Amino acid sequence: MTKLVEWLLGVSLVGAAWALVSFDLLDLSLPQTYREVAWPMPLYLLVSFGCFSLATVGYRVATFNDCDEAAKELMEQIKEAKEDLRKRGLKM
Amino acid sequence: MASRKTSHPNRDSEDKYSILLPTYNERENLPLIVWLLVKYFGESGYNYEIIVIDDGSPDGTLEVAKQLQKIYGEDKIVSEPPRPALSDGTAYIHGMKHATGNFIIIMDADLSHHVSGVCNKQKEGNYDLVSGTRYQGNGGVYGWDLRRKLISRGANFLSQVLLRPGASDLTGSFRLYKKSVLESLVERCVSKGYVFQMEMIVRARQLNYTVGEVPISFVDRVYGESKLGGNEIVSFAKGLITLFATT
Repeated sequence: MTKLVEWLLGVSLVGAAWALVSFDLLDLSLPQTYREVAWPMPLYLLVSFGCFSLATVGYRVATFNDCDEAAKELMEQIKEAKEDLRKRGLKM
Repeated sequence: MASRKTSHPNRDSEDKYSILLPTYNERENLPLIVWLLVKYFGESGYNYEIIVIDDGSPDGTLEVAKQLQKIYGEDKIVSEPPRPALSDGTAYIHGMKHATGNFIIIMDADLSHHVSGVCNKQKEGNYDLVSGTRYQGNGGVYGWDLRRKLISRGANFLSQVLLRPGASDLTGSFRLYKKSVLESLVERCVSKGYVFQMEMIVRARQLNYTVGEVPISFVDRVYGESKLGGNEIVSFAKGLITLFATT
């Protein structure tokens, strides 16, 4: 099953459950509160996910390591490498 | 063919690491990468060989590779592929044909890493695949502005949500594979270019291969600059959607 199919399946199931409760498709005569809570759920979930995403990405950007030492070390090594390679006869 | 160089046999194994380097116009970087690899592998005591896969670079990369071959011996195999050496299956298939190691390391020729860390990690858990990650541990980047970090993290987040790949860095370019694992993955992967790298990890997970991760410091191109422009973003998005729909 591809990810696309997984998602379509998941969305259909959740969508069906939501429609069932919100619009009382099976005439289950659920209490009014159920319907009231279920109806705006998709929107709430979307917004929550949006906020979660922003927070997560923001956090990750803020904590993205900067490797200053690695860069310095690399510059040193490049110098060393060029010297050594020149000695060994590399024509650049 | 390549002669085998055995450095410090203080490591117990007959393990040998074949490093595949696809190159295009890397005349200035290649000697530096090779020098670094020779240094680190020499220090680590692991057996290794470096396979340069050049795509007929007009800047003379191949000549430089031949000079390096003279300097360091025929550990380095210069292969001249009949097809473009993109970082996808064709270059690796060609490289693997000449590889005599039982582990394959793939890295882009414009980066440098402490490679022995990857080998050690693999031994830790006998992983089928070890992937370098910029996003975890003390992995990271150098010289990236906010925009680039944002795009990188955002894109990675999106791919985590959509693909749930089980690896933190999908577009990183530094990996170690067991040779048999790489062979089986390359057979199954159909994407081109760097999307191929993403597909490899996703499929590896699906096939229940064990994936280890090791932090890497991504210091942007030894010479020159990598660009992250609109084109790259668009092709990433296309690749992501393709993988979403086909894996």
